[in-house]
Amino acid sequence: MAIAQPALPKAKVAPWNDPIIRGWFFQIVVIGAVTALTWYLVSNTIENLERQRIATGFAYLGRESGFEIGDTMIPYSPADTYARALFVGILNTLRVSVLGIVLATILGTLIGVGRLSPNWLLNKLCECYVELFRNVPLLLWLFLIYKVISEAFPGPRQAIAALWDTVFLSNRGLYLPVPFAHDVHGWMGVALLVGIAATWAIRRWAKARQAATGQPFPTIKAGLGAIIGLPLLVWLISGAPLDFSVPHLKGFNFEGGTVIQPEFTALLVGLTLYTSAFIAEIVRSGILALHKGQSEAAYSLGLTRGQATRLVLLPQALRVIVPPMTSQYLNITKNSSLAIAIGYPDLVAAVNVTINQTGQAVENVLIIMAAYLTVSLSISLFMNWYNRRIALKER
Amino acid sequence: MSQATEAGPATPRPAALPPVVDAGALGWIRKNLFSSWGNAITTVLLIAFIVWLGSFLLNWAVLKATFSAESGKECVGTGGACWAIIGAKLRYIFFGSFPYDQHWRPLFAIVTMLGMLVLSCDRRMWNAGRLAIIWGIGTVITFMLMFGQIHIPVTLVSAIIFVASLAATLFRRTVADNTERTVYTAVTVLSGIYLILRVLGVLPSYSVPIVLFSYVETGSWGGLAVTMILATYGLAFAFPYGILLALGRRSNLPLIRGLCIGFIELIRGVPLISLLIMASVMLPLFLPSGTSIDKFLRAQVAVILFAGAYIAEIVRGGLQALPKGQFEAADAMGLNYVQRTTLIVLPQALRVVIPPLINTFIGFFKDTSLVLIIGIFDFLKTASQALVDPLWTGFPGEIYLFAAAVYFCFCFSMSRYSKYLEHELNKGTRR
Repeated sequence: MAIAQPALPKAKVAPWNDPIIRGWFFQIVVIGAVTALTWYLVSNTIENLERQRIATGFAYLGRESGFEIGDTMIPYSPADTYARALFVGILNTLRVSVLGIVLATILGTLIGVGRLSPNWLLNKLCECYVELFRNVPLLLWLFLIYKVISEAFPGPRQAIAALWDTVFLSNRGLYLPVPFAHDVHGWMGVALLVGIAATWAIRRWAKARQAATGQPFPTIKAGLGAIIGLPLLVWLISGAPLDFSVPHLKGFNFEGGTVIQPEFTALLVGLTLYTSAFIAEIVRSGILALHKGQSEAAYSLGLTRGQATRLVLLPQALRVIVPPMTSQYLNITKNSSLAIAIGYPDLVAAVNVTINQTGQAVENVLIIMAAYLTVSLSISLFMNWYNRRIALKER
Repeated sequence: MSQATEAGPATPRPAALPPVVDAGALGWIRKNLFSSWGNAITTVLLIAFIVWLGSFLLNWAVLKATFSAESGKECVGTGGACWAIIGAKLRYIFFGSFPYDQHWRPLFAIVTMLGMLVLSCDRRMWNAGRLAIIWGIGTVITFMLMFGQIHIPVTLVSAIIFVASLAATLFRRTVADNTERTVYTAVTVLSGIYLILRVLGVLPSYSVPIVLFSYVETGSWGGLAVTMILATYGLAFAFPYGILLALGRRSNLPLIRGLCIGFIELIRGVPLISLLIMASVMLPLFLPSGTSIDKFLRAQVAVILFAGAYIAEIVRGGLQALPKGQFEAADAMGLNYVQRTTLIVLPQALRVVIPPLINTFIGFFKDTSLVLIIGIFDFLKTASQALVDPLWTGFPGEIYLFAAAVYFCFCFSMSRYSKYLEHELNKGTRR
C-alpha cells in the first residue's frame, strides 16, 4: 500500500543559489554578450561599407560577370551573370568531389585490404603508401602533381598519341573522342532507368522467393544484364550510330573531342591519393574489429568465401566503418576548395574573383558558407540515414 | 623386459628440430611470401615492381643527380635530379625573406619551439606549473627572436593579473589557507585600483620596451618558423576555447547549448579556406575604421577559430566517455559547477583525448599550408617561391620532394608519439 508522502516543506533558497534562476542568469549574460558583440561587428561593418562606398545586397548576382572560366560543365561565357558563374563553380566543386569520393573509396578499400594481406611485401608496401600520403599536406601533393603534369608532359604539338591517333596526352590535358549528340542517347538514358527499376524489382522478387522456397536467384547477373543490356539493345535497334568527334591538332591546340584538363586531373588525383590513405586505415580498423569467430562460423555454415564476406563480414564491418567514412567524404568536399591554389575553377575560386571585382566580401563569403553547409549537411544526412539502416537492430 | 616393467621416470626424448623449411629465415620467407600460389605470384610481381621503381629512383635521385652547381642550367639534360637547387635555396626555403644577416634568429626560434614541444611531450612535465614555465619562457624567447623587440603594455599585463587573481580568489576560496587568500585578495585589489585609475585617465598608458635586436615586422617572416608558430599557437589558444565550447555543448542550459552547437557545426561545415578568405577580407570590415590588423594575426585568428571547433568535438568525446557516476559523485560532495568541472571532470576527460588531440595537431600542422592562399609566406610558400628564381627554374619535383620530406619528419614523428602515448595511457585499463 502506497502511503501518501507528506509533501516536503519547500527548502528556502536564496534566489542567487537557486540553480534555475542561476541558469537563466548565465544564459541571459552570455546571449547578451554575444548579441552586443554581433551588434558591434555589424554596425562597424555597415559603417565601413558606407565609407568605402561598397554596395550591399545580392543585386550584383544578376549583372554580367565578365570573367572567363576555363573548365565548365554547362555553357558559360563572360557575358553571363555572376549567378551563373557561381553556379558553374558549384558544379565543378560537386564534380570533383563526387568523383574523388568514388575513386578514394575504391583505392582506399584496396589499400586497406592490402594492409591485412598475409603477404609481407604487399602489407609493408601498403603501409608505406598510407604513411607517405597521410603525413604530407594535401596542398603539397597538389602542387607536385600539377607541376609534374604541366612540366613533364610535352606540348600539344609533341603530344603523346594513343589508340590510332584518337587519344592525345599533352600538358594541356588528356584529349578524348566523344560521340556526337544523337537522338538515340535520350532513349538510351530511358532504357538505363528502366534497367535500374527492373533490377530493383528482380531483387525484391528474388528475396521473396528465397524467403518462401529457399531457392536463390542470380540477382547480380540478372541486374547487370538489365542495366547494361537494355541501353545496348536500344542502341543496336536504332542502327548502332557510331560517329565520334575526334580531337585533332589545329594551330597550337587540339580541336574536337573532349578534354580532361590538367588542373582537374591534378586536383582529382591529389584528393584521391591523400584521402585514400585515411580511408585505408578506416577500412583496416573496421575489418580488424570483427571477431575471428564470425568468419569461422560463416564457413562452418557452408557459406562460400564470397557469401561469407557479403552476408556476414561486410555488414558488421560497415557498422564500424561508416561513421568515420562520413567525415572523410566531408573532408574531400571541403578539401576540393584547395582547387584555388592550382587554378581549377571551383566555387571558392569563382567567389574569389567575384569578391575582387565587386568588393562585396560579406555576401560572397555568405554564399560560400551556405553552399558548403548545404553540401556537408546533405552528405551527413544521407550517411546518417545509411548508418541507421545498417546499424545493429537491437530489441 | 625388466626395463619395461620398471616404472622409472621416463627420460624425455629431445624434441625433434622443425623441418629446415619451417624455421629460420627460410621458414619466414615461406610463411610470409610464398604460402600459396597466389601469394607467390603477388610476391614476384611486387619484387619486380620494387626493383623497377628502385632502379628508377636510384638512377634519378643518386646516380645521375647533380649535387652542386652554379645555376639550374648545369642540371639540364643530365636526366637526373638537381639537388643543387636545395643547397642554393636552403636558407630561403627555411627562413623566407627574413633579413639575411639575421637568419640565426628564426633558426633559434624554431629550435626553441621544438624544445618547447619536445619537453611538453615528456609526461614528467605534465602539471600546470611546469607547463606554464616551459610555455611562458619558450613563448617569450620565440617572439623576442622573431620580432627583435617587444613592447609590453602595462595595462594589458595588469588586466591579465587582475583576471587571474580574481579567478584564484573565487575558486580557491574554500581550499586555500589564510595567507594564500590574503595574497590573492591583495593582488586583485591592487591591480583593480590600477585598472580603474587607468580607465579614469589618471595614470598615463605606459609600456615596457625590451629592445634586443632590430625590429622585423610579420610581413617579412617566412618559412618553417611561420608554419610552426601558426600551428603551435593556433592550437595553444584554440585549446581552452575548444574546451569551453565542448562544455557549452554538454551544458543543461538550452540557449548556451544551442549557441555552441550552432557555432561548432557552422565552422566544421565550411572549408578552412573560406574562413581564411573571411579573415583576410572581412575582419578589417568588422573593426572600427582606422584600426588595421596585421595580416599574420588575421590568419592566426582564422586558424584558432577553426581549430577550436575541432578540438571541441574531440573534448566532447572525452566528456561523453566519462561515467555518469563521476558527475553524481562530484555533486554529492557538494562541489559547485566550476569545482566539479576543473577538479573531477576535465582531468579525467582530457587524459582520454590526448592521443586524438595530437592527431588534430598533425592535421593542423599540415593545414597551415593553406595560409599561402591569402599571401602568408609559410614553409610551403617559401618552397614554391624558390622555383620562381630564373636561375633555378624548372625543378619543381626536387623542391617539393624536399618540402614533403620535412613535413613528413614532423608529422610522422608526432603520429608515432601519439601511438606510443595511447599505449602508455591505456596501461591501467588494458589486461
